[in-house]
Amino acid sequence: MTALGSKPCKPCPTLTRPAGAPVYLDYQATTPCDPRVVEAMLPWFTEKFGNPHSRNHRYGWEAEEAVEQAREQIAAIIGADPKEIIFTSGATESNNLALKGVAHFYKEKKNHIVTVVTEHKCVLDTCRYLEQEGFSVTYLPVKTDGLIDMAELEAAITDQTAIVSVMAVNNEIGVIQPIAEIGALCHKKGAFFHTDCAQAVGKIPLDVNAMNIDLMSISAHKLYGPKGIGALYVRRRPRVRLVPLITGGGQERGMRSGTLATPLCVGFGEACAIAKAEMGAEAERLKDLRNRLLGGLRQRLPEIYVNGDLDNRIPGNLNISFAFVEGEGLMMGVKDLAVSSGSACTSASLEPSYVLRALGVDVEMAHTSLRFGLGRFTTSDDIDFAIDHIVEAVEHLRAMSPLWDMHLEGVDIKSIEWAEH
Amino acid sequence: MAYSDKVIDHYEHPRNVGALDKDDGTVGTGLVGAPACGDVMKLQIKVSAEGIIEDAKFKTFGCGSAIASSSLVTEWVKGKTLDEAASIKNTDIAQELALPPVKIHCSVLAEDAIKAAIADYKKKSGKDEAAE
Repeated sequence: MTALGSKPCKPCPTLTRPAGAPVYLDYQATTPCDPRVVEAMLPWFTEKFGNPHSRNHRYGWEAEEAVEQAREQIAAIIGADPKEIIFTSGATESNNLALKGVAHFYKEKKNHIVTVVTEHKCVLDTCRYLEQEGFSVTYLPVKTDGLIDMAELEAAITDQTAIVSVMAVNNEIGVIQPIAEIGALCHKKGAFFHTDCAQAVGKIPLDVNAMNIDLMSISAHKLYGPKGIGALYVRRRPRVRLVPLITGGGQERGMRSGTLATPLCVGFGEACAIAKAEMGAEAERLKDLRNRLLGGLRQRLPEIYVNGDLDNRIPGNLNISFAFVEGEGLMMGVKDLAVSSGSACTSASLEPSYVLRALGVDVEMAHTSLRFGLGRFTTSDDIDFAIDHIVEAVEHLRAMSPLWDMHLEGVDIKSIEWAEH
Repeated sequence: MAYSDKVIDHYEHPRNVGALDKDDGTVGTGLVGAPACGDVMKLQIKVSAEGIIEDAKFKTFGCGSAIASSSLVTEWVKGKTLDEAASIKNTDIAQELALPPVKIHCSVLAEDAIKAAIADYKKKSGKDEAAE
């Protein structure tokens, strides 16, 4: 096996889209596996199929070696020690393990958790669960730019606070929280700092020591690795202790029992190595593409609004409200693009995105939003196609929108008494 | 979620999009729904001296099913008497467009829009029974 870092990444391949398939602009939902990742994984399904925990023969040894190399690759992208990487099934499990694990271990001493209203559902729902067990949780609001107020965080942390959980990058609006500042504050106040970095790893530079991060959740499929695997970084010095969610053979230092999936670990590691090598150049490329998309839309469409701060944001995300056009109707209009809507009209509830609502975006504007996720295989042709397609759909829908007519007539939609249904 | 062919057809080729003069005494306008709920329908009918709906126009802010529901009812109400139009049920609309359960509210809104447009016409033309 080659030593870590000695093998330069192959050049980034292109992915061809099947004929008739929509242009994929939903990279915050998931990413395709990079073909280089798949290539690295393949031998570990068949000829090298051993159980990495088998100590008695070559099959086990080579699988263990592969898993440990992957652990080094993952540790390297966040500046951690490989021993601090615990493999899990994905970021949802990592977030559960971090929050429940720490809360349960330290419950005799501390019973308070601080998190943020715009966190992913798996953090919020886990906090609700812990509340039912008797823990107290503070849900911090965000400012209109999507970022937390550091003074509010400082005021929320008490000597009873076991853990503070703040995501690095929001999945809907892509904004980047001030992670280093939050880490320094938690360190000063004596609370553990957990950050959900599912959307951040491989997108922005992260360093667990420089940023005082005690626990970090990572997902492989958000950075061109396989689905079904993630990791939790757990600091060793000073040591963070956890009550495991899954008990058994005591793998992963007792924090997560179960046989490791060697091919998934290898793919995850390879994905991190590629992302680490290409992050700088890729960020510049994506920023240009995003600016091209936003500029193209702004040039041709009035009354469009970016949700969340544009500067403190990963380059591959854009979340836009197209006023007077309903998001789900718009998604139907842009059927040759795969995007997400902030309108929840597809679900049984009529409530739009809780993240946009938390920014103070009006309900009606939240209903008009689309999320564009750009990534490694997005091309400038994709962006130009998207601009034309979106402009056409928005103009088609505005031409049949009664709200657009009212806007043109100068009627303030808020002045009308609507019958809520 | 996949849309039915009829919904897609109405969405891509909406019938009778537009507006009638809301100050015309023979025109009834119904505006239902709310931007905050993600659906607003404006349905207008033009009624002949004989009480027949001779024209209908709509504008809708909403999802594909809402647009299709309102487009469909403009086709259906044309040529009908006010009473016939008022008897159109949301279930008829939902069935015609094969709306899934989560989209039934779109057909309800379209039925409400017809009723609101008729009520507005009756009020303006002095045929509002409640006002008599």
